[in-house]
Amino acid sequence: MKKKSWMMLVTLVLVISMVLAACGSGAETPTTGSTTPTENSTGGETTTEPTDANLAADQTLHLNLSAEPPTLDPAQAQDSQSNTALRFMYEGLATIDGDGNPAPGAAESWEVSEDGLTYTFKMRQGATWSNGDPVTANDFVYAWERVLSQETTPAPVYAYQLYYIKGAEDFNTGKTKDFSTVGVKAVDENTLEVTLANPTPYFLGLTSFYTFYPVHQASVEADQAWASDPSKMVTNGPFTLTTWTTGSEMDWTKNDKYWDAENIKLTNVTASIVNSGATETASYQGGEIDYAGAPTGEIPTDQIQPLSEQMPEEFKLTDIASTYYYEFNTKEAPFNNEKIRKAFAMSIDRKSLIENVTKAGQTPAFGFVPTSIAGLNNQSFRDEFPDSGYFTEDAAAAKTMLEEGMKEEGITTLPPITLLYNTSENHQKLALAVADMWKNTLGVEIQTKNEEWSVFLESRKTGNFQIARAGWSADYNDPMTFMDMFVSGGGNNNTGFANKEYDALIDSAYKGGNDPEKRMQDMAAAEKMLVQDNMVIMPVYYYTQASLTKPYLKGVTTDFSGAINFTRAYLEEH
Amino acid sequence: MARYITSKLIYTLLSLFILITATFFLMKAIPGDPFMSEKEVPAPIRARLEAQYGLDKPLMTQYVNYLGNIVQGDLGISMKKLNQDVGKIIGQTFGVSLRLGMIAVVVSTIVGVALGLLAALYHRKFIDSLVMVLAVIGIAVPSFVMASLLQYLFGLELKLLPITGLRSPLGYVLPVAALSAGPIAYIARLTRSSMLEVLNADYIKTAKAKGLKWPAILWKHVIRNGILPVVTYVGPMTANIITGSVVVERIFGIGGIGKVFVESITNRDYTLIMGITLFYGIILMAARFVTDIVYVLVDPRIKLTSGKEG
Repeated sequence: MKKKSWMMLVTLVLVISMVLAACGSGAETPTTGSTTPTENSTGGETTTEPTDANLAADQTLHLNLSAEPPTLDPAQAQDSQSNTALRFMYEGLATIDGDGNPAPGAAESWEVSEDGLTYTFKMRQGATWSNGDPVTANDFVYAWERVLSQETTPAPVYAYQLYYIKGAEDFNTGKTKDFSTVGVKAVDENTLEVTLANPTPYFLGLTSFYTFYPVHQASVEADQAWASDPSKMVTNGPFTLTTWTTGSEMDWTKNDKYWDAENIKLTNVTASIVNSGATETASYQGGEIDYAGAPTGEIPTDQIQPLSEQMPEEFKLTDIASTYYYEFNTKEAPFNNEKIRKAFAMSIDRKSLIENVTKAGQTPAFGFVPTSIAGLNNQSFRDEFPDSGYFTEDAAAAKTMLEEGMKEEGITTLPPITLLYNTSENHQKLALAVADMWKNTLGVEIQTKNEEWSVFLESRKTGNFQIARAGWSADYNDPMTFMDMFVSGGGNNNTGFANKEYDALIDSAYKGGNDPEKRMQDMAAAEKMLVQDNMVIMPVYYYTQASLTKPYLKGVTTDFSGAINFTRAYLEEH
Repeated sequence: MARYITSKLIYTLLSLFILITATFFLMKAIPGDPFMSEKEVPAPIRARLEAQYGLDKPLMTQYVNYLGNIVQGDLGISMKKLNQDVGKIIGQTFGVSLRLGMIAVVVSTIVGVALGLLAALYHRKFIDSLVMVLAVIGIAVPSFVMASLLQYLFGLELKLLPITGLRSPLGYVLPVAALSAGPIAYIARLTRSSMLEVLNADYIKTAKAKGLKWPAILWKHVIRNGILPVVTYVGPMTANIITGSVVVERIFGIGGIGKVFVESITNRDYTLIMGITLFYGIILMAARFVTDIVYVLVDPRIKLTSGKEG
């Protein structure tokens, strides 16, 4: 009897609390809702000079990663989230300073031979692994051999980032099994000698890239799965990974053994793993994270404009070294005709697309190499070789061009044309807007079609498209990272474009590292050939990335490619 | 009973075999593979990767090898989460989904039955209407809308509860609420209609006429009989919830198995897709199996000898 009435009581309590909860929250919403924004806006105005006095007591940085790093093995990494995570934990021979120039990292200094082929790195005295072992030249030799070796499982995809080193490609592709043919030698514990295949002006910058990071031989060989277990990772960077909860969180703690530990202000870094731009932005506004947006995460496109108005102090758009373009299949009618390709490229209004559709302050693109890629003499490549002369937007001229092209092909109507893009709301909006512009200016009806990412890549690779969306981002800060893509038969050249003259220019630039002026001119000539003469690709815009940074978070640097470095960041009193 | 269980087991194993076979060939039929990315993998490196994962062999050989490995309990190594064992990934992520899911199941069942019972007892009164209005809302609002609304209200505006993750016990509140809203509503409706039916049954009138006390009638006759449809629903619902809600896990940034499953498909992580599909299959079959058995135990009217499904 007692038991039964107790049941009824519990039932009643549950129901009443439900009802109360519903009423209570309904009544409270408006009042709290109106106070929150003011709190935020006052917080955004405080800016003070960084001194130790105004450092926050709790130096824990909170981040979000929109994708979980598949592994923390530098040899296997390929994505920007892994890049951010690895940068906390490792340090290459050089690092990139705030101005984007190579600065000494694990190497204290270096010398470059006169022919630009031999680099001699002096290892930093006193630099150690997180377990106290010294970081030696042998660690780099071991790490690079591991990237290139046929025995490594799975085969590191980014091994080709090391092909600048003499003999590296032959060793990696199995033409030789003898690692002594590869141009990496530890002369002694403190001296690393690297011989390149060609003079490569951007090689120092490359040594700060994760594929070039050293790894700790003993711990790598002890356990196959070392790179997913924090207790088994021995690293040489400013932070060590302390916990990694699959799919939800990663935590780092300051590495007191790091050689520059006194300049590392953060004591802890915590990253949640949430793959939703909307949630990430909400967490930022709710104060759970200190940084939101690219490259670690994402801000939904439809929130970019409102956020830039609501929080102008915290919102930032950065130019990054990536280009958004449509590529033509030059083997497939009607885009086998150069004039028809030109007509399509000339007949869209890029500025209007950016203002009305993409809405993230991108730069209209008329070339392939984006604005943030370096040229010579502290100028960007784009400043030295502007893209404005390659072609102009002109609807009337485009129409004439199209008619001429059709005459050349002997056709009076265009075959059905499909524009292919990978499934994404942003790509869809742009594709529809572009198709609409073509309809208005050229009078042609275009179908748009989306495919899931892997299916899309397969279609593009096998040439199963007429015109397709594409994006390319830089691996290193040099125009070559864009220009060598379109050599005849290149692995990423899906357009069918093959031109001996183009190949010769690229080859000359590859080998011409000792004549920087000529090298840049070669690449500019190649770009002119690619866009102005042949219109193999139709550039649309140079990417930007949107981010939100709390006003009290300082010392965060972003490089040319948009990659972010939090290692020297600090939190001010807030 | 033994015969009943044996025949159920055979059906279960057969279904699993069909599931594995169909998934394996369908998965291979989709364009793309685990090594595709915007930047093409150089041919020699790709060839080596395919050889390392056995993808260079003919499809039938791959299939037979895979079956052989499964029989030995080896689910293989993930192709994207490098060098990580598929079994281990499933174990870790399922643990998260299971904990969250079981809380949601318990909450949904208790709250749902309680609400349904109340509504039935106060049939056509205010409480009844209120519960039914809430139930309609609960069923009509999809979980992703519910999740976002909860995040906005309790996380962003009231700042009472964490928006993402399960770092503290409080972190469970919103995901559990988002997961349970639909099932609570459904169970409440189910309970209500079934209780109403029972309340009007002749044996209840007989019991009353016999002079049995009302709480005794309620507990012995009404609830026991009225709960049957709920039992049928709770089995599959449990399987459904603990296997991880893709949407809720994604919105709250919870590293459960649902999130990993979706990622594995986008990545074409063949071994992980197969592993999780197989695991899901086992869970669903097991839940069904248990439901069937429980049903037999609760309702003696079901004949054991026929072997038909309840």
